Amino acid sequence: MRLSTTVNGSTRTDDVEPRLLLAHYLRDVCGLKGTNIGCDTTSCGACTVHVDGESVKSCTVLAVQTDGSDVTTVEGLAATRPGPDGMHPVQAAFRAEHGLQCGFCTPGMVMATAGLLAENPKPTEREVREALEGNLCRCTGYHNIVRAALAAAESMAASE
Amino acid sequence: MIPASFDYVRAGSLDDAVALLAEHGDDAKLIAGGHSLLPMMKLRLAFPTVLIDIRTVPDAAYVRVDGDVVAIGALTRHCDLVASDVLRAEAPLIATAAGFVGDPQIRHRGTIGGSLSHADPAADLPTAVLASDAVLVVLGPDGRREIPVADFFAGYFETALAPGEVLAEIRVPRTGPNGYHYEKFVRRANDWAIVAVATVAGRVALANMAATPVRAAATEAALAAGASAAEAAALAAEGTQPIQDMHANQEYRGHLATVLTRRGLNAAGIA
Repeated sequence: MRLSTTVNGSTRTDDVEPRLLLAHYLRDVCGLKGTNIGCDTTSCGACTVHVDGESVKSCTVLAVQTDGSDVTTVEGLAATRPGPDGMHPVQAAFRAEHGLQCGFCTPGMVMATAGLLAENPKPTEREVREALEGNLCRCTGYHNIVRAALAAAESMAASE
Repeated sequence: MIPASFDYVRAGSLDDAVALLAEHGDDAKLIAGGHSLLPMMKLRLAFPTVLIDIRTVPDAAYVRVDGDVVAIGALTRHCDLVASDVLRAEAPLIATAAGFVGDPQIRHRGTIGGSLSHADPAADLPTAVLASDAVLVVLGPDGRREIPVADFFAGYFETALAPGEVLAEIRVPRTGPNGYHYEKFVRRANDWAIVAVATVAGRVALANMAATPVRAAATEAALAAGASAAEAAALAAEGTQPIQDMHANQEYRGHLATVLTRRGLNAAGIA
């Protein structure tokens, strides 16, 4: 089946099976391996990407259901709002605040955080914790991830 | 995990979906957000041979006042229910319960029609819609019919929808902004209720206390007869048949139902 999408700003057309999941499309057809597949059951959030600007779990979306949509993965996030170091402010904040250890959950955490800040630019700590409830991290205990999200909100507000 | 192969067609309208269901028969399934169906297909608990995609059909996602009710299009996503000013003012129980479904990513995809049609007895929106005494509008080969929500949930993951029918609209009585509550007990973030209680306008519905969401009839009768919230809540588990699983046995679920009902009634302003 014919699928036309814009992935990280590039328009593309592919012939895909209807059963192809968005996560597999991004990784195996587009070659964008930044999107990790963790639990594969809509629980862990490692596969979070943006579809038309909203965070979704790409392991539970059919690629054909994104026909005509704008998909952004962690590889394309920086280009949507590049900071002085070439990173998106959320990426820069995760680095500055040590918001990761092994890094497996990080692409999903970063995309979920960027999605949150697009909807709620000045979240409270509680709002950050609730907004990231669909993203699991086995390493950090979440404290530095929450700090990174709050720091990203501040830096994005400051650079408005 | 990869679902079994299927053919995929996009419906142009809900009437078109009804026609496609008639054409493809029992092996066809509707898909909208897919957040109940796709996990089942990945686990091969469901293997439809045709998916009829209604996610993008026009004029099926809306929240608007229509006389005495708030009319909600079945394709309205959970995140849009949460954000709806109309619901906050006129039927806030629905918006509140929608905010308890899954997590933000799930709420960006899942729809109220999908949640009701899936009919998980532990789910948030079926319980809130039951407590709201809503009417469900269904389209089928013989046209349009209305099903009171009290007659909609037929069993475990089973509804009164006939195989060729599509849920089109949920009509929720306007209650005003106050006097409601949704109380959910979970052990993990982002999970289904072990037990939950939805209450509005003197009605009380329970999640995961039976094969379907159920009204707490004894509690409602006691409230109507002038009992206090504590007295009425003590009756919440009467007549229920909750499942027993790794989270809770029947006795514990019954206890949760009474405690959560008391909290819910108090939060809804009933002393």
